[in-house]
Amino acid sequence: MMKLRTATRFGLSALALAALAFAWPAGAADKVDPVAEAKAFKKFFYDKFPKLKPEDFVNGPYSMDEGLHKQWVEKEQFPPYEFAVEAGKEMFTKPFKNGKTYEDCFPNKGIGIRQNYPYFDEKEGKVITLELALNRCREANGEAPYSYVKDEMASLTAYMAFTSRGKPFDIKIPDDPRALEAYEKGKEYFYTRRGQLNFACATCHVQSPGERIRTEVLAPALGIMNAMPIYRSEWSGMGTTSRRYMTCNSQTRGVPLNPQDDEYRNVEYYLSYVANGLPISGPGARP
Amino acid sequence: MRMLPVLLAALLTTSCAFAANEADYKAAYAAAEVANSEAGKLRNQWTTTAAMLGAAKKAADAGDFDKAVAAAQEAEALAKASIYQATSEKTLWKEMEIR
Amino acid sequence: MASTIRVRATNNGDITEVQALIQHPMDSGFVKDAKGEIIPPHFIQQLTFEYDGKPVFIADWGGGVSKDPYIKFAFKGGKKGDELKVSWVDNKGATDSTTAKIA
Repeated sequence: MMKLRTATRFGLSALALAALAFAWPAGAADKVDPVAEAKAFKKFFYDKFPKLKPEDFVNGPYSMDEGLHKQWVEKEQFPPYEFAVEAGKEMFTKPFKNGKTYEDCFPNKGIGIRQNYPYFDEKEGKVITLELALNRCREANGEAPYSYVKDEMASLTAYMAFTSRGKPFDIKIPDDPRALEAYEKGKEYFYTRRGQLNFACATCHVQSPGERIRTEVLAPALGIMNAMPIYRSEWSGMGTTSRRYMTCNSQTRGVPLNPQDDEYRNVEYYLSYVANGLPISGPGARP
Repeated sequence: MRMLPVLLAALLTTSCAFAANEADYKAAYAAAEVANSEAGKLRNQWTTTAAMLGAAKKAADAGDFDKAVAAAQEAEALAKASIYQATSEKTLWKEMEIR
Repeated sequence: MASTIRVRATNNGDITEVQALIQHPMDSGFVKDAKGEIIPPHFIQQLTFEYDGKPVFIADWGGGVSKDPYIKFAFKGGKKGDELKVSWVDNKGATDSTTAKIA
């Protein structure tokens, strides 16, 4: 009796160890190294598209297809997001009911800072996106928050992105295990299959950039945040990062999360970080 | 992941030979809702699950309980598949990771 | 209040190239809002570019043209420094116009 139990226990623990060995691929048990991961991320795309310069990746599908590129260059002379940038600029300096403006909430009066977002707030222990910061600014000054998805929020972020055009993404992961965890969770979200169509973000943007999904040319994941917010012809209007994440979810037949939910902020943190060094190209126009 | 098409195929080939009543529908619907709610806790509900639940309710409201039960059972299968997806992806996601 | 029309005209000897971006909802009248009610048609019906008092480009539009339309065309003639007049009329009778100097 004793022998059987011991044997069973040994067998079970051997199985458990074996399962552990299979579940932990080499290197994953070590501490996460975002610097190395970002380098590997970039290398993957540079190798895949050797004719492109690093800064080309921030223009998504337009760097993947010559015909699209030509049309885009022409259209950029009179881009459809122009109206949003102007509206955003007007809103930015218009005082709240209490006399303050958005300039009072942000470093350098909000000019040329978009490339620093999202950042990890160590006091709160979470990722703060530009949109979240803008609504907090509003609430701190007695104003109602805006929808995270479009309209005013898109105009404000369009203006702020415009003032940062050309500046390289400069996302920081402070020496805080929670920041590293947010980065990790963002990475996990990016590679996790979801929705009835069983796609991960990576399915389209890592495995198939430059290829078509129906009539659309897919953008590479590298630099995919750099053009936000975007005027999408499909939407006939502007949309923020939140809008794009939610519509991507529903396009894979997954119920979208709420704008600015943890998962969305974390994946934005991850995607922005791995694009560090690549210039802000926002606001952008997309098909 | 490989199990998903099998799961769905198995479901689509089953058929109800008996006439269902409202109680059958309510039980099937409740079971589907429980599964979908669990998928919600895993932050991984499918839009098609919700659509199928809606179709079940619509058929029940029209009095067609055979159709309602079939739709509710399909909704439950979809919800269970979404749970399976969420739990298996907890480890499988690493296979897609750029390294 | 800024004009709804942004226009840029460039002359290259014989040809003048014109680009314009117009801010307009261009509702076709077939789209429903979130409540399920039809958004009434509201679109530009005629867009006219005039040079030297004569029309060089007239567009007769309907609901099939998308929101905030962008136009690009070229016409023979035009001189640097001359004016190009752009105007539109929509189905509600609203109008807007602007003039631009050919560069």
